[in-house]
Amino acid sequence: MQTPAPFEYERATSVEGAIEALQRLGSEARVIAGGHSLLPMMKLRLANPEHLIDINDLHELSYIREEDYEVRIGALTRHVELERSDLLTLRFPIFRDAEEVIADPVVRNRGTIGGSLCQADAAEDLSAVCSALKASVVIRGPQGERVVGLDEFYIGPFTTAVGEGELLTEIRVPLRPGAGNAHEKVERRAGDWAVAAASAALWTEGGTIAEAGVALSAVGPTTVQCTRAEELLRGKAPSEELFAQAGEIASEDCSPVADGRGPVDYKRHLAGVLTKRALRRAAARAQHQED
Amino acid sequence: MTIQVSININGETVSRDIEPRQLLVHFIRDTPGLTGTHWGCDTSNCGACVVLMDGKPVKSCTTLAAMCEGHELRTVESLERNGELDPVQQGFHELHALQCGFCTPGMLMTSRALLDENPNPTEQEIRIAISGAICRCTGYKNIVAAVQWAAQHEAGARQEV
Amino acid sequence: MATVENLPSTERERPIGFGRLKRKEDARFIRGKGNYLDDIRLPGMLHGALLRSPYAHARVVSIDTSRALAHPGVAAVVTAKDLETLGLAWMPTISYDTQAVLAGDKVRFQGQEVAFVIATDPYVARDALPLIDVEYEPLPAVVNARRALDPDAPLIRDDKTGQTDNLASPTWEAGDEPATDRAFAEADTVVTRDIIYPRCHPAPLETCGMIADFNPETGQLDIYNGNQAPHAHRTVYAQVAGLAEHMIRIKTGDIGGGFGNKVPVYPGYVCAIAGSIVAGAPVKWVEDRSENLMSTGFARDYVMHAEMCSKDGRITGLRVDVIADHGAFDSTAQPTKFPAGFFHICCGSYDLEAAHVKVKAVYTNKAPGGVAYRCSFRITEGVYLVERMVGALALEMKADPIELRMRSFIAPEQFPYETTTGWTYDSGDYAKTMRVAMDIAGYDELRREQTEKRARGELMGIGVSFFTEGVGAGPRKHMDILGLAMNDGADLRVHPSGKAVVSISAQTQGQGHETTFAQIVAEELGIPPEDVQVRHGDTDRSPYGLGTYGSRSTPVSGGAVAVVSRKVRDKARRIAATMLETRPEDLAWEKGRWYVKGDPEKGARIEDIAIRAYSGEAMPEGMEGGLDAQVIYDPPNLTYPYGAYIAVVDVDPETAQVKVRRFIAVDDCGVRINPMIVDGQIHGGLAEGIGIALMEVLSFDEEGNCLNGSFMDYLIPTALECPDFELGETVTPCPHHPLGAKGVGESPNVGSPPAIVNAVIDALHGSHGVTHIDMPCTPARVWAAMQGRPEPPQ
Repeated sequence: MQTPAPFEYERATSVEGAIEALQRLGSEARVIAGGHSLLPMMKLRLANPEHLIDINDLHELSYIREEDYEVRIGALTRHVELERSDLLTLRFPIFRDAEEVIADPVVRNRGTIGGSLCQADAAEDLSAVCSALKASVVIRGPQGERVVGLDEFYIGPFTTAVGEGELLTEIRVPLRPGAGNAHEKVERRAGDWAVAAASAALWTEGGTIAEAGVALSAVGPTTVQCTRAEELLRGKAPSEELFAQAGEIASEDCSPVADGRGPVDYKRHLAGVLTKRALRRAAARAQHQED
Repeated sequence: MTIQVSININGETVSRDIEPRQLLVHFIRDTPGLTGTHWGCDTSNCGACVVLMDGKPVKSCTTLAAMCEGHELRTVESLERNGELDPVQQGFHELHALQCGFCTPGMLMTSRALLDENPNPTEQEIRIAISGAICRCTGYKNIVAAVQWAAQHEAGARQEV
Repeated sequence: MATVENLPSTERERPIGFGRLKRKEDARFIRGKGNYLDDIRLPGMLHGALLRSPYAHARVVSIDTSRALAHPGVAAVVTAKDLETLGLAWMPTISYDTQAVLAGDKVRFQGQEVAFVIATDPYVARDALPLIDVEYEPLPAVVNARRALDPDAPLIRDDKTGQTDNLASPTWEAGDEPATDRAFAEADTVVTRDIIYPRCHPAPLETCGMIADFNPETGQLDIYNGNQAPHAHRTVYAQVAGLAEHMIRIKTGDIGGGFGNKVPVYPGYVCAIAGSIVAGAPVKWVEDRSENLMSTGFARDYVMHAEMCSKDGRITGLRVDVIADHGAFDSTAQPTKFPAGFFHICCGSYDLEAAHVKVKAVYTNKAPGGVAYRCSFRITEGVYLVERMVGALALEMKADPIELRMRSFIAPEQFPYETTTGWTYDSGDYAKTMRVAMDIAGYDELRREQTEKRARGELMGIGVSFFTEGVGAGPRKHMDILGLAMNDGADLRVHPSGKAVVSISAQTQGQGHETTFAQIVAEELGIPPEDVQVRHGDTDRSPYGLGTYGSRSTPVSGGAVAVVSRKVRDKARRIAATMLETRPEDLAWEKGRWYVKGDPEKGARIEDIAIRAYSGEAMPEGMEGGLDAQVIYDPPNLTYPYGAYIAVVDVDPETAQVKVRRFIAVDDCGVRINPMIVDGQIHGGLAEGIGIALMEVLSFDEEGNCLNGSFMDYLIPTALECPDFELGETVTPCPHHPLGAKGVGESPNVGSPPAIVNAVIDALHGSHGVTHIDMPCTPARVWAAMQGRPEPPQ
């Protein structure tokens, strides 16, 4: 089996300690949590950090709770916990939709939401979920904390707003009434990365869509936020025609590249179909919330 | 750099000086008597390396040994106790759920963890639980049947108690 | 779905002989106590790693190993130059070509072996690889087999004197061209297809590897190697390395899957051996998964142009022209007289008037191989071709695909049947097997369901495949590999206590030989299977044979064990006659015992006869003591298992994802020694067929970069892609096999891909006019077909 290059290792015992270590060790240091994005890259020698800071002991970063009209998720929360959380299933079943198709159940015991978001792989599912939900993230650094919306979090392929010496600590998802959300994904085989995936979130009031979030995985250099589709949806009553139209816009506004998973035209087609399907389910769930 | 690492494997503490980069699967396999945990790929896909960490299946090829200090690890060698096979081992034997045996330790540990959490899984739940592991020989049908056998066997044993 | 209730009770059934017997080998595997190659550690053992070419085609300008040699823990770095002094830079292949062990002049495929590092531990060996400085001069690569013989195609094998193009093997023909032309001229329906069987890979879960341990004092070379044909390898190493064959011992412990991947001799093995000889210490080399996928023996890669014709509702003729992509070196494994393997069994299960088959092989800048992955020597390609063509013909004729087959089958009374391409099929009742499959599937009900679903826009497909294959190579007058006849030996010794050891040439990689071969002895001699030890996997302690692949274990080694058991039984009869003071012809046999005809109380059990054989008591005239025998079995013919497979698929009309909802497989492999093991073999092969049909492929870009070099992109089905397989059986014994058995290991891989692809076409034909699609039927490729743009895979 392939093996990583040598590195130095320490375990953080507190968030402050992790940030201090990142500062001290500089750009050749990485934090490692679940490690299921970083270690495979290190084994293939595509990533060769000189220092690893193990943050798995930072249990204070592992939680899912409701606070201040938000659901707040600690960055170290594992995929399996998101999948099984009753709170999330109640408030945002889109998480369970996505988790059931992220990697495989064994990987989900280790991978974390913080790790997934920070990996910034455009094909990653939780980024689309959080974007559609209009979430924001808390980034802590030596100067303190700042809150960044998902719409400003992804700067480029595999690049986020988390700077050197900073740590993602929390994801915040706003709560508002009439919520319905869903995630749809097509993959070549169970456990595979998405050929394309769509997250849709609707908040309805009195039968019309008050707010909408549509985000796509694997069809752009980063997660694609479909602002034009969101504009179309706002203020309208949910309907099949509306979902199909939104799907068409999503299909036009994404920028997939051809690769082993599929050619450009198929991925565009999927972006449209999956947006439509995700909206359909989101609307049904929102309706159920309203009833 | 070397570090000293002590890991609880199958109830015993194993201590060694290792490089931080040593993968858990190699740490286990370098321990005398513990070559039952296998590896089959480079990309965390095949599941031959699955062991239990604090009761949950993890891919030991994608875990550093150093990350496991302070945790309880169980490998396939821990299933048989005092000469008695675990029901999942019995089930695999009864139902011909193994052929070359290479994926078997990973499948056994995954199945054991599943039944510990969900004593009466449906066929679909079993298939989902083992979807992180590849078998090239059995086509999975007998593995599913073996886990069902083990579940029924354990349910029966619980009733007798 | 299997439950405890509907299983045969394994507590009651402990057959002495054939039957459902739980496996003896399970005991170590379920405890994690298997003995696989990487589990073995020897004192002083060093570790090897191979540096491989990033380019598909390039001149090697220079190799500088100094930085690697200077790395702490590195004992040696071997290049082609070093091997040349040992005469090992090139090695012969099974196809009478040569293959570079380490690249000297050029690299000819991405992943080709360039240098071998030997170090104190595997992490260090891996660290040293990027420290080897290789200067390459890239050359244009030949990637498309169809273009390999273009006049301007770069010459790949400029190392071969007289090689002026990329032809690896000249056109090989079978059948009768004029008769085929006549059949087509008289036909009322003709269909034509270009069908590709893409490159895929057996990818057993355990990768390949070897420990070579040369003792410089004694000259003994001990090799530990997961190897499907250990004796043949020993002979090859003796020839290639100039070592004395009696001083080479190959020990094959447990193998984590073979499927043909562990048949070839790989450069890594030769490097390990050379390394051990030079270093005077054991050298272990184990490849990683990407090495396995990118450099070891791939499977298939046949580009086929075919026509099939029918007259009066029956299939009458077949014409096939194939370009076989063999990669950069011709290392396909098949009997010498059959350079295209048994592909010409593509005449199929039908009473054709004529067929004509042509196959030529080309070199490309890809890894060498082609014959692997449960292919029965290219029968997977042949059956895929014929069953896809029958599907195409049925579409054109608007005939039900089963009815067309039933009308065209070889009839039971025509067996033994000589086919248009020279095969003599042993026995068969095809229609009966087809009907069992239809019953299990509920075929008529499925067609009704399909009609209803179609009306609602749901895409459901039913695909059929009926295969006849030929396994158990083979008779010595026709079949050899590298001049070694494909016979197998068996030694059987019964100890004084009545327990026995049978030593066989076959080499299990999970097929259950430790159980099934004991069952054969049990069936013939009445010694319980738990009292029969099966010995294999050590060339010093087992008889010469050509190993396990091509489903040959039961037909050949199984035949050998039956014959040797009968020899022992006959010897036992004569001893019993002496013991009972009667003549051998006055004795009758019941399992485990010879008794006097007409006086059944008077008899001798095998264990009594065994004690007698070793005692000082009188033996029959001229007979030596002991109770044992030895045999080399020369099979009179191949055996011809067959089966009827039905696949039911659902295709998502919007996303084009294909799901195999049901798979019905009815196999006739003759007499079944252990039905549980037979079923298990079938399940595994069906899963592989799903993989090949839907997701497995080794594809390349125009520069020859391999795009599926890891399990992230070489996708293998999980439990979620496989349905609960529904199996049935018919039993039509093989008339020439001592047990009437035919073998089954490859049949499911042979028969399943065409059933699935026929099902996908069936799902999409009415709604989207699809008449052809190539594998793998990934969502993207199915969608393209639905848009009217089916594309061949690259």
